[in-house]
Amino acid sequence: MMALLDLSLAALLLLLALGVVAERQERGAIIAFLAFGLMLGLAWLRLAAPDVALTEIAIGGGVTGILLLRAEAALRGRGKTEEPLRRTGRLAVAVACAMISAGLGYAVLRFATPAPTLAPAAAEALPATELGNPVTAVLLAYRALDTLLEKVVVLLALIGVWSLAPDGLWGGAPVVKPAAVPAPLAWLARVLPPFGVVIGIYMFWVGADAPGGTFQAGTVLAAMWLLVTMAGLYPAPDTGARLPRLLLAGGPVLFLGIAFLGFVFAEGFLAYPEGLAKPLIVAIEAALTLSVAAALALLVAGPARKAPAR
Amino acid sequence: MTALLQPAILFGLTGAALVGIGLFAVVTQPGLLRRIVGCNILGAGIFLVFGAVARRGAGAGFEADPVPQALVITGIVVAFSASALAIALLKRLSEITIGEGADAGGPEGGA
Repeated sequence: MMALLDLSLAALLLLLALGVVAERQERGAIIAFLAFGLMLGLAWLRLAAPDVALTEIAIGGGVTGILLLRAEAALRGRGKTEEPLRRTGRLAVAVACAMISAGLGYAVLRFATPAPTLAPAAAEALPATELGNPVTAVLLAYRALDTLLEKVVVLLALIGVWSLAPDGLWGGAPVVKPAAVPAPLAWLARVLPPFGVVIGIYMFWVGADAPGGTFQAGTVLAAMWLLVTMAGLYPAPDTGARLPRLLLAGGPVLFLGIAFLGFVFAEGFLAYPEGLAKPLIVAIEAALTLSVAAALALLVAGPARKAPAR
Repeated sequence: MTALLQPAILFGLTGAALVGIGLFAVVTQPGLLRRIVGCNILGAGIFLVFGAVARRGAGAGFEADPVPQALVITGIVVAFSASALAIALLKRLSEITIGEGADAGGPEGGA
């Protein structure tokens, strides 16, 4: 029974991906991609990775969806600037891509047995962090440096997006509200946010011991803010304003600060003092959740479109 | 045959196929927005192969190796940031090549 579910899920994933390539209308292709993102979340559940599934559905299906649909609306009819490839060219590319897939597939079939794993190593130190969720422990204790650098990458991407604003608009506000707000969107924007905020906070809190955590919670909070802003209930802030910048920088700065304090109170950079690991991790996660929420939302909002209010 | 139906192998193979489909989209699609979507499919395929590795690395009471899972979560967030930057660049490019006020420009209005 489960094998049947897995097979149909895999077939659906491939069909939707092919649909993205074959669909004539760009909008249709994007909608196929969103369905693909949701199905991919289910595939992650079947791979026993609920943390990844939550992230994939929230980011791959949700926030990427808003980003792509907004881009499609803004670029409609003027995004294409290239000649399509000739038939022989497409065929050559298709053969090359199929060979790459076949090679990867061969690697999948020839995976080493017994499978190499870091699970015992991750489990061994878990009691010291007092965390119940091994994925959160990897993200914020064993491989915290990756997570810290990732936050920096997200901020760099946001700086890149902001820097695309024309000089005169620097520090101004992005425009998120569409020209005409559909009535269902306005209704959802009034009803959904209280629930979304509670779900977001819950996901952050439960992340220490169960599937959930900073990214998933941050994405849900970002989506709620985007909903309110897209419905025009509350304007997007100036990118030069103090509060959004404080929110953005707060998480990484606290993370770095605690990392450096590790030199004084623990064994070194990014080490947590014994017995204090869990409260410190929860504090970092709280600040990071707000930073992630602000960064993802502002990445979707895009560069400034209105001159700053001075 | 039954070995092929284990989730780890099945979705690993699906990931391998998605890499090919995504790469094909990146190379052949005439629209730049769809190339970005293709890039996302390519990335999803790579993550899925990694997920197969994680699933096979079950041990110590976990159903899947937590280390690759954490790396994939990081990867998804970074991939999203890259897509957002690419789309912002694309929008700016179309503004510059077509002109900011030329909303009525046809599909072949580019340079």
